[in-house]
Amino acid sequence: MTSLTSSTGELSDGLDQHSSPEHHGDHRLFGLATFLVADGMTFAGFFAAYLTFRAVNPLPTGASYELELLLPTINTLVLLISSFTFHRAGAALRRSDTAGCQRWLLITAALGFSFLAGQMKEYFSLPFGLTDNLFASTFYAITGFHGLHVTLGGLMILIVWWQSRTGGRVNAGNPFPLEAAELYWHFVDGIWVVLYGILYLL
Amino acid sequence: MTLTLSPVPHPTGSLQPQGWLRYLSFSTDHKVIGLQYLVCGFLFYLVGGALAGAIRTELLTPISDFLPRETYNEVLTLHGTVMIFLWIVPVVNGAFGNYLIPFYVGARDMAFPRLNAVAFWLIPPAGLLLISSYFIAGAAQSGWTAYPPLSITTPATGQIIWILSVLLLGGSSIFGGINFIATILKLRRPGLKLMQLPMYCWAMLGTSILVVLSTPVLAGTLVLLSFDIIAHTGFFNPALGGNAVVYQHLFWFYSHPAVYIMVLPAFGLVSEILPVHARKPLFGYTTMVYSIMAIVFLGLIVWAHHMFTSGTPPWMRLFFTIATSFIAVPTGIKFFNWLATLWGGKIALNSAMLFSCGFIINFVFGGITGVALAQVPFDIHVHDTYFVVGHFHYIVYGGTVFVIFASIYHWYPKVTGRLLNEPLGQLHFLLTFIGFNLCFAPQHWMGLNGMPRRVAEYDPQFALINQVSSVGALLMAISTLPFLVNVVLSAFRGAAAGDNPWNALTPEWLTSSPPPVENWKGEAPLVQEPYGYGVHPGELSLSASSGRDIWTMGDLDSRR
Repeated sequence: MTSLTSSTGELSDGLDQHSSPEHHGDHRLFGLATFLVADGMTFAGFFAAYLTFRAVNPLPTGASYELELLLPTINTLVLLISSFTFHRAGAALRRSDTAGCQRWLLITAALGFSFLAGQMKEYFSLPFGLTDNLFASTFYAITGFHGLHVTLGGLMILIVWWQSRTGGRVNAGNPFPLEAAELYWHFVDGIWVVLYGILYLL
Repeated sequence: MTLTLSPVPHPTGSLQPQGWLRYLSFSTDHKVIGLQYLVCGFLFYLVGGALAGAIRTELLTPISDFLPRETYNEVLTLHGTVMIFLWIVPVVNGAFGNYLIPFYVGARDMAFPRLNAVAFWLIPPAGLLLISSYFIAGAAQSGWTAYPPLSITTPATGQIIWILSVLLLGGSSIFGGINFIATILKLRRPGLKLMQLPMYCWAMLGTSILVVLSTPVLAGTLVLLSFDIIAHTGFFNPALGGNAVVYQHLFWFYSHPAVYIMVLPAFGLVSEILPVHARKPLFGYTTMVYSIMAIVFLGLIVWAHHMFTSGTPPWMRLFFTIATSFIAVPTGIKFFNWLATLWGGKIALNSAMLFSCGFIINFVFGGITGVALAQVPFDIHVHDTYFVVGHFHYIVYGGTVFVIFASIYHWYPKVTGRLLNEPLGQLHFLLTFIGFNLCFAPQHWMGLNGMPRRVAEYDPQFALINQVSSVGALLMAISTLPFLVNVVLSAFRGAAAGDNPWNALTPEWLTSSPPPVENWKGEAPLVQEPYGYGVHPGELSLSASSGRDIWTMGDLDSRR
């Protein structure tokens, strides 16, 4: 087994040193980003279905793809601003500005929940229900799935807000929970921009 | 063999249970999880095999006499779902991936060990849920594809349980995929370059990319389907203004890549086994890598070749025919690379090698019928006939399951420290190979002559050929017995294997058998030439990491 010696030579070198814990770094954000790619593909599937329905399946008479634009546009701005405020919270955490971080997080959460309130208001003012026609079903499925994401994100922000209090586990030395929630929030925000373009503007 | 590692007492301070109990625990050790996947998957394989036995028994006669028609539909739905989602996908990805990938990248464990355990423990409940649906309210009857409107009009309870179960299994698969991508890209030992990784790493990277990109689309689609069933929305229901063909597009956007999710890891595993038992470097390393990535890319844009009879417009047929035919190129490259690896090698015809060669033969046959099926005129003739059933089983059984058995024969000594019995293994191979070909080769003939798939009753002219096929299925069932006896008895009485019975060079063999909890005592070895067989170490240039250099050297060595 001559061909093994080069490899085993490496191994016996290693054996002499005794095992030291290897530091592989923190790959949790990378893992989360990969998960968000998967999550984004779910939305991509929904959007593809919606666009195909729209191109191929005629709606029953009386139904239309037109939607009221004012409220969703305000909602879009609310979400965009919330991404900005979340970014400010992260910057404050990195400077160890606990009070600033917590303030920006609360503002972000408030913006997120007011988005949900706006979404609810829109749902109640729409002239169609879930099973009225193909467009109605697709509209509620996609916005509902996105709303579920916003709800989860809002809860995450509140948890991070609690954890980032003075003496909490989220601080400049351990920013991961905040960074993860922030990445997720930007993703949900970005999905909404695409959704707004496809469902409302197109 | 200079490599001897004395058994060192287990490091204390771990909350993980020891002994056999850890295989029933929420263990975060990648090797334990790998074996959990393997054993769990094999139990479901026995269930799926029993269901296949029921199908072949029913088809002994042209009339529906063994099973009521509805039960037949439930049985074929369960057979497909169990075999795909609970046996092949978890075993070629989860079992071997978890066991081998951390070794191959030189890591102590996967990137996210707890997520890994979660991914495994989603599988048994999902599988039991699926099987229990048969006893609760009757299982789903719409096949593993669950096409609407059939899946909307058949009994709802079984279909909803089917959807829930597949969603859980899809989630498990996605978590596993994320873990593999992070482990392969981020956890490599310092000094180990991507192009030095064993081929199975590349296969798992490609597979995991497919899992992450396509599985979520199936999940979203099944949620919409469940709305159609429960809330009476009309996404896929033409009676309510919906579009059933959109379901097919979304379903096959996952389920065509799913074929590669089942077969790419098998490509990787066979690329590990052949060089070891042929004592030659893997031929064409670089082309293998690019072929895998080409298959990943092409695999995402060929799904509509399953839908040539679904009213697809001519441009779509043209595009998907061409794209599908292109896949034959990277697949052919891999096939010839395996043959070239064997060419002039010092071949040990043991069970692992026999099953690998069986894979090559079966897979090339399934591949050729696959190219034929990509052609629209031919596909329309045999669509939804037994020709497709034959083709499909040549890929997933003749291809992947043969590789699973080859892998078990190859890595059993590593996992248990004991060798499997060779004569029993060769008997297992002989019965499986004859039984498999006897069972599935005649199905091509049935399909060409017009016997539709998924039916319990058929034209009496096909009776004899169906009986031949059923005899083949019986042989396959019998072939499981020597395997089970071998695996169980050898665990206690098998000959001691030593750490590296095959004199292999890949990193999992450079530690004790079975390996210690964190894979190596001391630092992980840096293996830059995982296929450096037949080459004197002095001739190996450590900078010669490109596949071209490696196979040129192997070539010289074998000829002179």
